Amino acid sequence: MATQHSRSIARLMIAPATILLLGWMLVPLTMTLYFSFKKYLPLRGGDLGWVGFDNYVRFISSSSFWPAVATTLIIVGGVLFITVVIGILLALLLDQPLWGQGIVRILVIAPFFVMPTVSGLVWKNMFMDPVNGFFAHMWRAFGAEPIQWLSQASLPSLVMIVSWQWLPFATLILLTAIQSLDSEQLEAAEMDGAKPLRRFWYIVLPHLARAITVVVLIQTIFLLSIFAEIFVTTAGAFGTKTLTYLIFQRVLESQNVGLGSAGGVYAIILANIVAIFLMRVVGKNLDK
Amino acid sequence: MARAVTPRRKLFNTLLAWTVGMVIFFPIFWIFVLSFKTEGDAISTPLEVLASAWTLESYAVVQDRSDYLKHFTNSVIIAVGSTLLGVLVAVPAAWSMAFVPSKRTRGILMWMLSTKMLPAVGVLYPIYLLFIEMGLLDSRTGLVVVLMLINLPIIVWMLYTYFREIPVEILEAARMDGASLRSELLYVLTPMAIPGIASTVLLNVILAWNEAFWTLNLTAAKAAPLTAFIASYSSPEGLFYAKLSAASVMAITPILIMGWFSQKQLVRGLTFGAVK
Repeated sequence: MATQHSRSIARLMIAPATILLLGWMLVPLTMTLYFSFKKYLPLRGGDLGWVGFDNYVRFISSSSFWPAVATTLIIVGGVLFITVVIGILLALLLDQPLWGQGIVRILVIAPFFVMPTVSGLVWKNMFMDPVNGFFAHMWRAFGAEPIQWLSQASLPSLVMIVSWQWLPFATLILLTAIQSLDSEQLEAAEMDGAKPLRRFWYIVLPHLARAITVVVLIQTIFLLSIFAEIFVTTAGAFGTKTLTYLIFQRVLESQNVGLGSAGGVYAIILANIVAIFLMRVVGKNLDK
Repeated sequence: MARAVTPRRKLFNTLLAWTVGMVIFFPIFWIFVLSFKTEGDAISTPLEVLASAWTLESYAVVQDRSDYLKHFTNSVIIAVGSTLLGVLVAVPAAWSMAFVPSKRTRGILMWMLSTKMLPAVGVLYPIYLLFIEMGLLDSRTGLVVVLMLINLPIIVWMLYTYFREIPVEILEAARMDGASLRSELLYVLTPMAIPGIASTVLLNVILAWNEAFWTLNLTAAKAAPLTAFIASYSSPEGLFYAKLSAASVMAITPILIMGWFSQKQLVRGLTFGAVK
């Protein structure tokens, strides 16, 4: 097997990637921690000294904190629910024999490749605009009053836009998982007289459990930090301020770096909790 | 698990799947249509839009007014540059972890993955500050480096899973025949690794092209890639549906085409090998 010589070369080859990622992680993280214990207002006096855990307390007790937590939970939860449920149905459908399967699959996964600023703006203007949008035209055609999507139903609208973007991801992964299911098992169940719903519940769904877990965990990581979709549609107005957006506003818009950094530390802790679960699933696979 | 079904059932499946597919694809189809209309026609009712005359006007206007080509070039440089730089750093790391694994390999891989979970907003100000200090704000160099770093874990992971599929016996045979490490790399491993590297490059160019946190926060007029350029339409003046559509079509078409080729890699790359 590998000699001592090739081992040391191997270690040398990992070094650049490791050092880069270590720097990328440690330097900004240390700075965020440092700022979070300071009163730091770059545009209004700069560094105003140490304040202990003051920023951490103020970030949580500010009036916009709990609404932001609620908004984050609604968006993440709503999108997860929609993409997983529709994703399973769609994966089941695409797994059936049908004509033009390849083309349908291309149509379904396309939204994933649309950049977030484009999908945000296209939905906001061409579809959800209460005067000229596609939906407004449809509503009027049926004699109904058009909905002010992004102001009156801001959260459902955002959930819809983000779900559209992430549905392809969920579908594709669930489809991959379904295709690896042994068809003999299903046929045997069918012979034994198991109805489709029971076959789905007792064979297909357990088989998909792992893929669903992966979809939920990975999407959660990405959904917790969605930014561009909110930035170009409501800019945080109408109750669409997520934790990520709130921290962004504190740090860059109002330049209250200490307070924003404390929020950043909370966000990092939150993401780590999700990450631990994801890593466990991924790690298990690594051992095989 | 596809099984034989009756023709009638297949027809039903086909109709249903095509309907769902077209509903999901519709927004993209619609901006293609609107991009070939005049601004006046683009805001009329859907049926009138379809019936109105087709024109290339908006494409010309977008290029003339805002120098679309400059932002397109920025996108290409940032997406391709960050990916190639990342692959350059990741190939040796992934190679050594796949072929000379040690006790620490698993730990290093998991740790690299964990850096990908770091929420960007948590380190926004430090990076912003460092960019100002180093004069990197609104520069393509700065973005190439940042996007390389955020995608590096995915690149290492993807390459690692591809490299692990290369049979070790071939490498051992080469070593028995007295191949040096250099020739082992050059003549044995490289040809077998190229498809995996190509897939990795493809997926990461897509991810970097669409990245919209750092590109929005770290650029202004000069280095703005298409993500940031399109965002400037969020505060529009006058009628702009056709122009926004044309700009969007040009921004997403190259990636749509690449994306359709990368369906399989997408699953592997974004699930870190957890779903195959």
